[in-house]
Formats: sequence, C-alpha cells, structure tokens
Amino acid sequence: MTRVETPDDLYRLQQQLKAETDPDQPRISVCCGTGCRVHGSMDVIQAFREEINGRRLSGKVEVVGTGCHGFCEKGPVVVLKPSGVFYEGVGVEDVPEIIVETMMNGAVIDRLVYTDPLSGDRVVHEHEVPFYQKQKRLVLDLNGDIDPTNIEDYIAFNGYAALSKALLQMKPGEVIEEVTQSGLRGRGGAGFPTGVKWRLCREATGDVKYIVCNADEGDPGAYMDRSIMEGNPHRVLEGMIIGAWAIGASQGYVYIRNEYPLAVENLRIALRQAEECGLLGHNILGSGFDFTVQIRPGSGAFVCGEETALMASIEDRVGEPRPRPPYPAVSGLWGKPTNINNVETWANVPIIIDRGAEWYSEIGTDQSKGTKIFSVVGKINNTGLVEVPMGTTLSEIIHDIGGGIPGGRECKAVQLGGPSGGCIPSAHFDVPIDYESLQELGSMMGSGGMVVCDEDTCMVEFARYFMDFVQQESCGKCVPCRLGTRAMLEVLTRITQGEGSEGDIEYLLELGGQIKESSLCGLGQTAPNPVLSTIRYFRDEYEAHIRDKRCPSHVCKALIQYTIDVDKCTGCGRCLRSCPVEAISGAKKETHVIDQEKCIKCGTCLEVCKFDAVVVE
Amino acid sequence: MISLTIDGRRIEAAEGSTILEVAREHGIEIPTLCYHEALEPYGGCRLCVVELETPRGPRLVASCVYPAEEGAVVKTNSEMVQASRRMTVELLLAAAPHAKVIQELAARMGVKEPRVTLGDNDCILCGLCVRACAEIVGAKAISLVHRGFSKEVSPPFEIGSNACIGCTTCVFICPTGAIKLQDVLSTRSVHEWTSEFQARACKICGDHYLAPEFAGEAKESLVGE
Amino acid sequence: MDHQPIFDASEIDDLLNGQRDGRADSLMGVLEEVQARYRFLPKDALILISERMGIPLSQTYGVATFYNAFSLEPKGRHVISVCTGTACMVRGARKVLERISEKLGVQPGETTEDGQFTLETVNCLGACALGPVVVADGAYSGEMTGAGAEALLREVVAEVEKA
Repeated sequence: MTRVETPDDLYRLQQQLKAETDPDQPRISVCCGTGCRVHGSMDVIQAFREEINGRRLSGKVEVVGTGCHGFCEKGPVVVLKPSGVFYEGVGVEDVPEIIVETMMNGAVIDRLVYTDPLSGDRVVHEHEVPFYQKQKRLVLDLNGDIDPTNIEDYIAFNGYAALSKALLQMKPGEVIEEVTQSGLRGRGGAGFPTGVKWRLCREATGDVKYIVCNADEGDPGAYMDRSIMEGNPHRVLEGMIIGAWAIGASQGYVYIRNEYPLAVENLRIALRQAEECGLLGHNILGSGFDFTVQIRPGSGAFVCGEETALMASIEDRVGEPRPRPPYPAVSGLWGKPTNINNVETWANVPIIIDRGAEWYSEIGTDQSKGTKIFSVVGKINNTGLVEVPMGTTLSEIIHDIGGGIPGGRECKAVQLGGPSGGCIPSAHFDVPIDYESLQELGSMMGSGGMVVCDEDTCMVEFARYFMDFVQQESCGKCVPCRLGTRAMLEVLTRITQGEGSEGDIEYLLELGGQIKESSLCGLGQTAPNPVLSTIRYFRDEYEAHIRDKRCPSHVCKALIQYTIDVDKCTGCGRCLRSCPVEAISGAKKETHVIDQEKCIKCGTCLEVCKFDAVVVE
Repeated sequence: MISLTIDGRRIEAAEGSTILEVAREHGIEIPTLCYHEALEPYGGCRLCVVELETPRGPRLVASCVYPAEEGAVVKTNSEMVQASRRMTVELLLAAAPHAKVIQELAARMGVKEPRVTLGDNDCILCGLCVRACAEIVGAKAISLVHRGFSKEVSPPFEIGSNACIGCTTCVFICPTGAIKLQDVLSTRSVHEWTSEFQARACKICGDHYLAPEFAGEAKESLVGE
Repeated sequence: MDHQPIFDASEIDDLLNGQRDGRADSLMGVLEEVQARYRFLPKDALILISERMGIPLSQTYGVATFYNAFSLEPKGRHVISVCTGTACMVRGARKVLERISEKLGVQPGETTEDGQFTLETVNCLGACALGPVVVADGAYSGEMTGAGAEALLREVVAEVEKA
C-alpha cells in the first residue's frame, strides 16, 4: 500500500495508477452487491477467474468484483469493458461462452442480452439500456467500475482529489460556502440545507466536535445507502473527511445497520486502507489535520435513524429521541457540537468540491439541486436503484426507467418515504420529484424508497402494515406515538377484518392529525402519513371495507373468499393434495369444491392450479 | 434577560429558562404530568404543549423543555393546544382508566368515554420514578425496559434490584399510585421490585418508618465517608 | 430442551479488553459480541459487563431489552428470517411467513421446543429485487413462495439431521 503524505504524493500515485491501466485492456465487471450475490454472482466471478487462468489470460484480462450496478432485477449483471456489452442473468455455465464468443470473437450472445419488456427491442450496450439511459449517475458512477475493497481503484478514478483540493487549496469557510451554494439538501429525508447545518456546527462553541454518518437506512424497501456503502465506501469517507475539516471535528462515527453485513465489511476494509494510505489519521496530506472514524453498528431499532436517538445509541443508551432545541449542531454527542448527515449526502460532497457549486446547482430544480437515488421496488418490471436529476417525473421513473408494471397490470400508486411518507396515485405521476412538490401531495422525498403498488394492493391493508411497523419501532417515550399509533392500528385492524364502523375514518383523521402535531420526534410526527394519504386518495377503498365489508383488491382475508370456477376446473386434484387444511374435496376429473368453513385463505390452491380455476373475490 | 409574549402578555425572563418555568413564575397555568422541578425535564407526556408561532405557521412544542427565546410568541390555551391536550388525555384514559389523576384531568377537559380501549395499567410511563431514582437518589435501581407499547418500569431482569435502598422516593413521586409500598409489620417492600427491608421502628410511637440501607446512604451523603 | 452454554467470565474479560474499531469502550459493541458468541445475553454476563464498564445494571438491562439484535433467551441453533419489508410484503411475504410459521409450529419471535429453530421477521435487508426474501442461517433465498418456503425448510431440516 503506497502511503501518501502530501497532495503531490496523491497526484503522483493517481497518475501512476492511470498509466498502469491500459484503457483498451478488456475488463469484466461482475456485480457483487448483495442482490446479485443472492443470484449467484460470487460463483460467476469465481468461474470467470478460473476460466481466465485456465486460458492463461491473467495478464491480459482483468476481472473486477464491483458493488451494486443498480439493475437488480437482471442480476447477476456482467459488463464487458471497454466495449460496454451488458449481459443479464449470467450463470456459471455462460462464462466460457462469454469469454470465447464475446471477448475474443466480438460476437454478442443473444440470450444474455437485455430485452426491453415494453418494446421487445434487444439492447447490447450498457449506456443504451433504457434503465441506465435516463439516469444521471453522479454518486453511483463508479459502482460498476471499481473494486470497493481496493482503495487504489478509487484513487485511479480521481478519488480523494477533492479532499486534497479542500485541505490544501481552500479554507474551511470556503468549503462550507461551496456546499451552501451548491444547494445540497439532506438526502436522509428531511431535506435540510447541508451547508447551513455545517455552518451552525462550525460556529458552535466546543473544544471537541464530532461528525456522524447516518447509515441506519431503516425504511423498508430502501437500499440506496446500502449500495453506496457496499460499492464505493471511499466516496462517503472522502465526504466525511472534507466535512470534518470544514467544521473542525476530530472524530467521526458511521452508524450503520447490522442487517447490512457486506456494507459493514466493505466499510471496515475501506477505513483500514484509508488509514494505511495516510488519508485518515494524523496530519492528513500534510495539512496538519487529524481525523479518525469509528464504526458503530446499529442493533435493530428503526428509531435510531432519528438523529437524537442515533446519538443516544452511540452513547450506549436506549435509542430514545430527545427534544430539540438544543440541536445536535450545538449540543450533540456527549453534549458536544455534532454534525450528522446521511450517507448519500456525504457522498455528494466530493462531487461538489471537485466540480464546483455552480456546475452542481445547474442540475435539478430551483429548490432541489443535484440528483437523488431511488430504490424502485414492488410491482415493477425493472426493480433496482435509479439515480436521476431532481425534477424528473414519477412517470418517467416508473415507465421509461422502471419498464412499467409486470403482467400488464395497472399501476395504482407509488409509496414514497416509507413509513413516514405518503402514497401518490397514478393520476399525479406527472409530478416532478422535488422536496416541495411531493409534500404538497401529502407525501415526501424520504430517503428514496419507492414502492410501486398495482390493482392487487389493498391500500387499507397497506396503511395498516405501516402502522404496525411504527408500533413495533416506536420507542414508547411519548404518549401520542406510543398510545396514539396503537389506537390507529386497532382501528385499521378492525377495518381490515370487516369490523369497521361509521366514524372510523373521521377518528383516524382526527387522531392522525393530533399525533403529527404533538409527538416528540420525527417518527411519531410522520407516522400517520401513510394512513392520511391513503384516506385522501383511496377513501373509497376504506368505505368499501367499512360499509360493504368488501375488499376491492381481494386481499383482506376476512372479506374474501376462494372458490373454484366450475367451468375451468379439470379435477386434476393438485389443489386438493396441496391444501394444508384439507378444505378441498372432489373426485378425480370432477369439479373440486372448497369448504369455506375450513378454508384459511392461505392461497396455496391459487398458486398450484394450472388452469386459472381458483377465483378470489 | 430576554422578553417574549405569552397569551398576549409581554414578559421578561431569565435567559436559559424554559417556557414552562417562565409561565409558572407569572401565574400562567399549564398542566403537566411528567414534569417535576427537582428533575431534568423529560418531554414525554406532551400535556404541557403550547402553541409557538414560527415562520412556517404555528407549531406545538413541549413547554417543559422548549427554551424561552427572545421575541417568541406563545399561546398556552389556544384551540390547537386544547385539542392536543384532550387527545393526549383521551389516550391516557384509554390506557389507565382507573388512575385518579387521569380521571381528574379528563373531567376538567371534558373528555368522556375514550373511543378505544388500550388496557388498564396505572403506570402512565411518565418516568418520574426512574428519573428520581437516578437523579436525586443516585441508586439507579430501576429503568425503562422494552420499547413502544410494551415499555415498562422495571428493575434488572424484572426480578428485584440490589441497588434499591428502600427510600420510597418512587412511591412518593408517582402521580397515579402505581408503585405500591407494602409494610407488613417490620417488613417493608416497594412494588414487587425489591427484596424486603427490615424497617426500623420509631422509639417513641413504634411505627416502622425507615429502611436501614436508606439510613446508611443518607448518613454517608450528609456526613461524608 | 437445549442446554444453556456454560458462561465463561474470562471470555467476557477478553472481549472487554479487545480492540476492534475502538469498540471495546462501547457497551453495544460488547453486547453484540456476546450475543454472537452465546446466541443470547446470559444474565451473569450482563452483570459482569455492567460492573467492569461502570454502567448501572439497570441501564445495561434497558439496552438489552430495547434493541432487536439482543435476546435474553437463547435463540435456536438455526435462525430463519423472513423479510417483511414493504417491497417483499407487496410481493407476497405474508404467505411465506405464514407457511413457515405453520410448518415450524412457532410464531415469529419464538423458538421451537427442541431449541433448533428460531423464526424471525426482519424489516428490510435491502435485497428488494429478489423479494420475498428468506434468510436461513445467513444464506439468502429470493423469490420465495409458500411452496418454495416449504422446500427450503425441508432442506434446512435435512442438513440439521445430517449433522
């Protein structure tokens, strides 16, 4: 590991690494993020390495295990450089053919090439794949290129050059000014102007100051931060060091979920390498600035994504939020001024310092600058991570990038902001994504989780699910959240069980409004949002449940029935054999019947029937 | 000194005070449950909320923790405040229907039958017992355990605490009487939390009044090592 | 019934003296290591840790009960986690959870009588493209269905019986 002690050292190392790389040399980039690993990418990359060795191509072809490429639906993803040929769903058995046919002979393997679900077109090159074409990848740009466990890969791509510029060519005040001018706002969900936060912390009095990276990405369905930490932890680190320098902090913490073992591991390696390289620790790049970072894994509490609960957790206490003021910038960890930012926020910092605030602020809208990463999940064809300029519409994300809804179903709504957010119905999909316009619609940017629902999603059950989540995660300190969300959950549960009454909707609205205004922290203050927004846009579904005891999306068990269509049933007996409670009867080749008394509505018969004969209504 | 407006009155206050402190000094009534002058404010019950004007519209803040700031405009009994307090009390009544102090608050505010039932537990999790045990007595025998709706006050392992000195501060400070003191002849026990103490008897009237462990602690802190 | 592992005080001292990312001074870091080692937090370990670190036992116990990662009862030898994050739920995770619960005979959060299996739910592992996701002993399986869950369980049980 080459140690760098001055900016010149860093520059020389970067030049040396670049010189050592032949841009025309073939590289095989295999996605080794968590998603593709589950698809088997570790076996695929092993197969590539063995094949390359076996053919004595080791010096001539590089195989790189990268972080998450973002196109998770199509994993394992393999991209061949420099040609840019993009292959999806690659298996171990495909490896020899890829090497011989594509790498050596330049031929494209049809069955591995991307086929657009809407147009049916085959697209060969990564940059032409619609999923990527419409994105603007600033933060995720290197996720397909570098090995996150090798700091030199990052340095070869100009990594840590922004740090060098900040430490040796700018004053702390200038760095803060640059971040302020860029218009960067917190990417964790609240959207507070980052530069203002930094300035408040810099101006606060304190002999010791801390910075924290909030990597406690708890919104279910959101995994942007996981992929940034897995795929390019150095960018986050670089941002933190720049921020610490600007604010005057000497110690940093990364609070990261223990449910993300690969991200924790890659971060650990990154910290070690940064220290060995001299980019973390004493007298960084000869600037006289000392800074170290510790990892603090979370221990399974969603509320610890809230900054004061997070700090309590670092202080070895229960994750109970505390009232603000005082704000962490003035009195945070152990009473000292502390600046807390989200992973994606930190990752934007080197980009801003490197390219400049003016360049950055040209991306996005008036009030919301830069790009935002979203995890597009649920009922969508192209599940994955999407980075787009602020101001992109929901429609573009869902249709142009996301490829629409599977099975040709109708998209009903999109939930943004997780348990703190609200749903947006399809009628409003032309909304440009920025902090203010989403709030006007009763939703919020949130951390970036975007869950797509179709006709088969019951919006009442959806709201109940979020309230159940909040009840599990509430710290229990304040009355409105501890007891109020419990009350809301009970009402919602009754409604989904067919026991709703007139007045329930009004009670939910009243209670929800009060909880929002009276709760101690952001968790309680936003907990009613999914309920309030589903009532706003899907009140008819609530009314159907309450008045007609009917679930229009055929989801709520108490309100649906499974029956067998006489015309379609062939009497094959598959459902009879699979039913866990023996509720189905019928002779061979004769129509089968479900005993409604015994049926537990598990859905097994629907799953196994090959004749579409099972009907849910 | 700073000046702020409370309920239309311009008031001078010492810097570093909370809105609640300032209000009480000037005879303005704000109901509280989890607040106690001898303890650090907690901000948990939300009964003491007041309406604060902000550039983005009126906002509710807990007066026991929110600092009195220069130029602040505060309303202690507006519609917004009353609606919030009523909801808070309704929820507490739904969870602690037999707690007298909650019944009294409900009567005062016109809260009748709660629209849900949330249990029947006299403990309202105001935290006063835990905080007093930690901040005043220093024994730290009990704490808040579990989380959310399951949160409760308990000694370690929900058995008993060796750190308890039988001072009965928790019994005294509990607003609902959820913590029980049991004196059977000379044996004193607090709730189900403590091992029993053999309380000392008064030489004059014979009543058992003091756990010797508490006497020892008190003597140490008064007289020194 | 599974026998509780014998608690070893010297191991706890080793943990407290160890340096890993500087976390020896973090209560939560130490508790995590104990949880990983013993599959739960033995009472005596908590008492010892409190004494050594100068933290009131009531605080340590509060922390141990607050966070999902810690358990005061031994977990089963094999932990089956079903992701119940929003994306997985929208794709049918509830049915997967119900099937596994029914087959094992325990509710989420519980351990089977023989101490072999603990069933848990987890709110989002960040593998949403593969939902519904089930993790059995750290190994991820995606695109689960009721039938798939049964097959997975049979595999896991077979492994257990072989061992």
